[in-house]
Formats: sequence, structure tokens, C-alpha cells
Amino acid sequence: MKITLHVTPDITPRPLIAEVILETGALLNIDRADVKPKGGEVVIDVPHDECDRVVAAFKKRGATITCLKLPIIKDDDECVNCGACISVCPTGVISFRDDWSVQMDVDKCVQCGACVTMCPHGALTVGK
Amino acid sequence: MAGKTIQDINAKIKDGSVHVVTAEEMPDIVAELGPDGAAKEIDIVTTGTFGAMCSSGAFLNLGHSDPPIKMQKVWLNDVEAYAGLAAIDAYIGATQLSKSRGMEYGGAHVIEDLVAGKSIDIHATAYGTDCYPRKVLDTTVTIDDINQATMFNPRNGYQKYNVATNCSNRTLYTYMGTLLPDCGNVTYSGAGVLSPISNDPTYQTIGVGSRIFLCGAQGYVTGQGTQHDPTNDFATMMVQGDLKQMDKKFVRGATFHGYGTSLYVGIGIPIPILNADIAKATAVTDADITVDVLDYGVARRSRPVLRQVTYEELKSGMIDINGREITTSPMSSFHDARAIAGELKDLIQKGTFYPTLLVERLPGTGVVCKPMKQIGEQPTVADVMAKRVITILQGQTVENAAKVIMEGNFNHLPVVSDEDRLVGIITAWDIAKAVAKNKRDKLDDIMTRAVVTADTSEPIDIVARRLEQHNISALPVVDKHRRVMGIITSDDISKLVARR
Repeated sequence: MKITLHVTPDITPRPLIAEVILETGALLNIDRADVKPKGGEVVIDVPHDECDRVVAAFKKRGATITCLKLPIIKDDDECVNCGACISVCPTGVISFRDDWSVQMDVDKCVQCGACVTMCPHGALTVGK
Repeated sequence: MAGKTIQDINAKIKDGSVHVVTAEEMPDIVAELGPDGAAKEIDIVTTGTFGAMCSSGAFLNLGHSDPPIKMQKVWLNDVEAYAGLAAIDAYIGATQLSKSRGMEYGGAHVIEDLVAGKSIDIHATAYGTDCYPRKVLDTTVTIDDINQATMFNPRNGYQKYNVATNCSNRTLYTYMGTLLPDCGNVTYSGAGVLSPISNDPTYQTIGVGSRIFLCGAQGYVTGQGTQHDPTNDFATMMVQGDLKQMDKKFVRGATFHGYGTSLYVGIGIPIPILNADIAKATAVTDADITVDVLDYGVARRSRPVLRQVTYEELKSGMIDINGREITTSPMSSFHDARAIAGELKDLIQKGTFYPTLLVERLPGTGVVCKPMKQIGEQPTVADVMAKRVITILQGQTVENAAKVIMEGNFNHLPVVSDEDRLVGIITAWDIAKAVAKNKRDKLDDIMTRAVVTADTSEPIDIVARRLEQHNISALPVVDKHRRVMGIITSDDISKLVARR
């Protein structure tokens, strides 16, 4: 399960993620961090069974969290199954089935958006 | 054995006894029966390809307005079409971009929208004549409202296509998609085993007058495509077909980020198996078709060839480049190429599609695709750069650098090591910043270390683009040992352009 931690300038100086790991004992993995002076977001991979506790621990500390149920959305009417998206994905989300149609293992997605830019047919959007 | 004729085959289509297979099925059949046996057994092999084909477009006849107009310029959904034809004829090209929406919408999307039956806004202007007095026209039409809508593509169905990667340290946005730096990915195009011309590389059945499946309609090959290059196995075709009969599934507008628009065109070509030679040619596999992997990091006509690969290797998902396994992805859809070859097979079996005998062969070996004749050499960096360039040794103070810049009355000061190698650059602006922040000590602390440079032999246009991309105004020119040979500034380039 992926969650997005929305970072605002007031929480940047605090070791929020470390605190949550210590409190919950959950093995968090930071997939992507994009934090600029005015804030940003960190995408964190959380073990499925510990998701609720981790989200609660972040919220208790005043952080805004979104759960990425569908991190990347494919519009099947627009997709022509070319697979252009495959080679720009850093985490190997996209692959071909045996019949050369495109499949996505969305659990691996870190919402970097590289595939969205690559898609010639505008078939991909990052989930919110 | 005596060969079959196209009439024999078409008679079998009529009586329902025709034996059709796709080009994917053929290699096994030829392996089992041999070319002679396969030629006896199989009547037609269907091929298919579905990918970006930029040299595509459509002729439209809009019908006369009242009062009539001779369109001098015309826009369809804000995309300009060529109107230098008779009064209300126009040619909409796939890669022309929308005036208002830029790269997100182009001629290719107009064509897709026409085929999908959507309304298209037309705006035309004219100078007005006695016979065509009208000067401005605005209307909205669908494909059903206009007379002819004929897809006419000057270059489609490349026999095969070179593979792209990028050895530079910058992401590139190309017609082969996004190419990640340091050979971060590989993109390719073409249907390999299903590619029409790869299954008939001597053009025995594909030529002028061949009836083809074109985006769901029945179209024709009308001649050699532009840049037809049989000598290097890069043959192409010119094709046409009725846009009104097409299926949106096989005509798709596309945008390559940072490059522009293109049209995904679906083409299927039936190859009548008239003799054993033709049967043998259709046994081609992905492993038999070899293409070069090119470095698109070099923005020149001749790009360096990194290696050769087969479509079999490309389709495995990874290829080796300089000892590293790199992920590949196709830009064309093999899934849909297969659907096209399958649909064409069904149409023939149902008796609704008959292959034709070609009227004339495509030009064969001996024809070469020439580069452009250019008048006068393109100026290079060596022609324009300032050869006398003042540098400063690293380790000096900011104050010393400021003095050098002031005395020389310039903006960019390359910083060199004891061995005279370029290690950094300092600008008047860097010095102003350093002074404001009270960092007047060592030059090394404030200089830019990742210096963008140029080479003496590079054409000016490439260097101008580099300056623009990095948002800088000068590049030190270095040799292969990173010794500073000169400096080239945007001012030098502007002066040159002004003289042209």
C-alpha cells in the first residue's frame, strides 16, 4: 500500500517519518520524495496490515496523508497497447501480457508521472 | 511447381475455399512443409502494422460556400491545413500543430476526430476575386458534410526502423518518445514478423495498385513512399484510402511530449502466395530482421551506431548496451498490428476483401535515399568563437577574478587547473552574488563546476539550442583534453544570424 505524506513548511524540520517508524515498528520504505522549500510530497510504501496504524500515527502529528488506492489510471479507450510507457517506468509497473496487451502492477507505482508524459495517446493519469 | 495466379486465389475467395494465415503463423508452416509445400497449401499471408507515421494526412473537399471563397489559408479546429490548391480543397497534415493548443492537438487529432464523426470548426481567409468574392469563412462540419475526405500518406509502413537510445546526460524528447539520459532506455518501432514489406522484401506482390487494409477501409498503395530506400532495406510506401470508411480504432492522433503530433496508422497488406519464393519470404521471423541502435544524444544526420539488434531481442524487453541490460519499449503497437493482420484474414475468408495484382513494381535496389543538397557549409563553432580567451587559475580569490573580468570587459571567465584543463566557469553575476553574500574568499567555492561546453566542429544551430536549453549565454570551447580553445557567446551567434 502506498501513502502520500503532504509536506508543509511547518513539518519539514521534524523527524516525522522516524517518529512514526519508532512508534508503530512498521517497516516503511520511502519510494519517492519531492520536497522543495515551499513543501512537497513523500510517497511511502507501507505493509498492508499496518497501514491503518501508520496513517493514524501520521495524522496524530498533524500531517496530511492520502492513501493511493489507484496510483496510476489507464484509460482503455485511449490506450493502443503500444507499451511506450514500459521503458521509462523506474519501478517496473508496466509490462506486456502474453497477448501483447499492456498490464500494470499498480502496487509498485510511485507516481513519478514519467509514463504519463511518455504516453503518446494521453491514456495515463496519476491518481489523486 | 507451376505458380498460382491472383485470379486462381480470388476464385478460391469467392467459393470460400481460400487458405489464409497471418505472417506470424507462416514461419512454422514453411518450416514444416518447405517453401514449395507451403506455396501449394497457403493462398494468402496477411501482415499488419500499427504505429506512428508522421508523413500522413488527408485531402478534404469542403464544398462551395455562398458567396464562394477561394481559401488562401484554412484552419480546422485551429490547425492550419494547406490550401494552395483549388478553391475549397485542402490538405491537413498529421504533424501541423494547433495555433492555440500547441503540441497537445494537431492535424493527426483533427483526422481522428473527423473519422470519429466529431464536429470540426473551419476558419478560412482569402484575398477575394471576381469569381470568389468572399474573404472570410467560419463554419462547422462533420465528415458527412464534406465531399471527399481522402487519406493520402506520402510515407507509410517503413520496412523496419532504427532503434533509439540516448548516451548524453540529458533527457531527450523525440519522435521516438522520451529518451532517458545515460542510455536509460531504448525505444523501437515496427511490427517485425508482421511488417508488410519485411514479408515481401523484393516487392513481388506489394506495389502500385495493391489493395490494402488502411485504417479499417480498403485502400491502395499508390507508389514508392518518400525516402524509399531499398538499398538499405528501408523501403516505404505511399498509400491512400477513403477516410469516410475508416475505423477510429485504427486512426489515432498522438502527441510525443516535447516533440509534437503524429498519426498512428493501421495498415494490413495481404501477400498472395503465387510461388515458392514468395512463400519463403513470408517465413521471415523477428530474429531475421536486424536494425541499428542509434545514439540520439548526437543531434546530427548521421547518429553513431551503438550496435545491431534483431526484433526478437528488442521484443524480449531488454537489450545489452555497453555491458548493461537496458529496458526496451516499442512505440508501435504489436497488439494492434496482430489485430489488423487477423481482421484482414477474416475479411478475406468472408469474401469481402480481394487482393489485386500490382500495376507496377516499387523501385528496387539501386535507388538510394539522398541527403539534402545544402548550399554553402553550415558555420561551425570554430568559425564564430572568440579564439583569444582569458582564463583564470583555480585557487585564486574572487577579487582577482573580478579584476580580470573588469579589465577584459567580458562576462564569462573559464577557470582552469594547473594542467590547463577546464574545471569551472565564473560569471560577473556569480561575483555579484558572492559579494552580496560576503563570500569573497576562494573562487573555487562560487564557480560552476558542471560546465556546459562546445566542440570546435559543432554546427552553430546545435550550440544555439544548447545555450537556450541551459538558459546560459556562453560556452567555453574545449578540445578532447578539456583545454580551452575559445569561447562562444549568444551575442556571437546573434550577429551571425543577423548577417544571414
